[in-house]
Amino acid sequence: MGMKLNPNKNVPEMAGTETGQMAVQFEKEETYLHMVMRRFLKHRLACVGVVVFLLILLIALLAPVIAPQDPAKIFNEFEAPPSAAHWLGTDPVGRDVMSRLIFGAQVSVAVGIGAVAIYVAIGIVLGLVAGYFGGWVDMLIMRLTDVFMSFPYFMVILVLVSIIGPSLFNITLVIGLLGWPAIARLVRGSVLSIKEMDYVKAGVALGYSTPKILFQHILPNALAPILVNATFGVASAIIMEASLSFLGMGVRPPAASWGNMLTQAESITVLSSQPWLWIPPGLMILLAVLSVNFIGDGLRDAIESQNAK
Amino acid sequence: MLQYIIRRILIAIPVLFGVTILNFFIINLAPGNPVDMMVNPSATPEQLAATKHALGLDQPIWVQYWNWIVQLLHGNLGFSYSTREPVTQILMAHVGPTVLLMGVSLIVGYLIAIPLGIICARKQNSWIDYLVTGFSFFGISVPHFFLGLGVIYVFASKLLWFPTGSMNTLGGDGSFIDTFNHLVLPVLVLATGIGGNMVRYVRSSMLDVLGKDYLRTAKAKGLSQFLITNKHALRNSLIPIITVIGIDIPLLIGGAIVTEQVFQWPGLGLLTIQSITSRDYSTLMAINLLAACTVLFANLLTDILYAVADPRIRYD
Repeated sequence: MGMKLNPNKNVPEMAGTETGQMAVQFEKEETYLHMVMRRFLKHRLACVGVVVFLLILLIALLAPVIAPQDPAKIFNEFEAPPSAAHWLGTDPVGRDVMSRLIFGAQVSVAVGIGAVAIYVAIGIVLGLVAGYFGGWVDMLIMRLTDVFMSFPYFMVILVLVSIIGPSLFNITLVIGLLGWPAIARLVRGSVLSIKEMDYVKAGVALGYSTPKILFQHILPNALAPILVNATFGVASAIIMEASLSFLGMGVRPPAASWGNMLTQAESITVLSSQPWLWIPPGLMILLAVLSVNFIGDGLRDAIESQNAK
Repeated sequence: MLQYIIRRILIAIPVLFGVTILNFFIINLAPGNPVDMMVNPSATPEQLAATKHALGLDQPIWVQYWNWIVQLLHGNLGFSYSTREPVTQILMAHVGPTVLLMGVSLIVGYLIAIPLGIICARKQNSWIDYLVTGFSFFGISVPHFFLGLGVIYVFASKLLWFPTGSMNTLGGDGSFIDTFNHLVLPVLVLATGIGGNMVRYVRSSMLDVLGKDYLRTAKAKGLSQFLITNKHALRNSLIPIITVIGIDIPLLIGGAIVTEQVFQWPGLGLLTIQSITSRDYSTLMAINLLAACTVLFANLLTDILYAVADPRIRYD
């Protein structure tokens, strides 16, 4: 996780022109990164979170290899209790629950990371533009942000997804297109304070292009809070997907998602007498979300105590 | 002060306008057509066109928006596409249960979270602090539907302490006790999320205040620990917490949709799911608008309360 923190990955290219100054900055950023890493590693729960999340990531990547069965394959025995052939039994249609559980990891990871990547990109661009240019551009973008923030997030996503059709791609897209306001506000706030700094003014005086100043000079210094926010965002996107799929407005069977595996438990017979059908996917969602929230908490502590110093 | 409130309200007006536009266009640019759901499949194209015309659905989108807004300003939310009842009437029937559920959950969540947060801050890094922090992580991480199914499994299906769902026993007397019994489990679910979030804010805000100089002064003056914690520290640490209420409202609305579905609670959340299934766009638009106005109002209120509670905030 810590690797993404390096705000200066472009430094080697830039170093050609102003070697001395850039080398100094490079060294300084390295120590900053190390300090954050050190503080992060002290946060025990965050380290556990990283391990658990990496495991889930691994399960998602290796799903076709490690799953005992095809997750959509229908067997003769349905609602079978756990056995040697089906470790977690079969669902009411006759599909292997264990295999569906393993493939479900792909959905959660894909939505979590995909949606957040989309909205972080949108939020960064809008926030940079609003903060840097100010005036009516800022006014317009911030009022738009207010409008988007006034909608109860989950409800709009639910309605939008149901309108454009529930699918993995559409959920990711909708969460991604609606999630940007918090990031945009965050970036705008950072930009407002950073743009008054001497090095930004120097960049303007040197005649650098605006995109270069925005993305290479301002953005790297606003990255830390974005990273924390994005991490918690991954957790909330995973919950969102699971909830939508649970309501039948997300990933739909035969495709497997932890959320849609719990839909069956709305029937009281499944709920009370076949707990192997719904407890494992529920626990997986909880585990995935908890691990990401722990990582976010560790990152926030590591970065904030650094800033406070 | 008054000037600040007026300016804050004036800013909310264009936002509200934007909300209506976004709300209308999201729903009306939908490819699915409500008329197809309303008339029987053997209807002739002429009949379809006639129904569309009667509903004004054959007009350009901006004309439809204008008509909708004019009706809205007259307090008319239109008629449900699926049951043909006035939308206002449908909303009225579902608002009560949702307000009851959300209100009780919010109060219960805060009543548990605020004292716990204070204890955690007072006894930082004690076992109780770790336990409560652990629970708060659980509270913010567990999906409402999983927790809901879990408590139904344990308390309704196995222990038989509470009913599995709905708001009143079918054919029952609808008494207060009956409703209360049905309310316990869904409130437990929503309050867990609300409380888990709140504990963390109270704890960190309280820790922040406890480190301040004026508390050391209070201690040096010889005030009792009780007075210091509950009067001097609590009052000041509650100020930033006001903003959390503004954050909680949209979360609560999202949580209520899922929770109402799990418990078959007859509120707006359940109505939302039903309207989506039956493509009842006029009802959906009304629910969306109501929810957005609630969020907008909650934000306005927290901003104003914040300014009232903290005199250090400048109103210019």
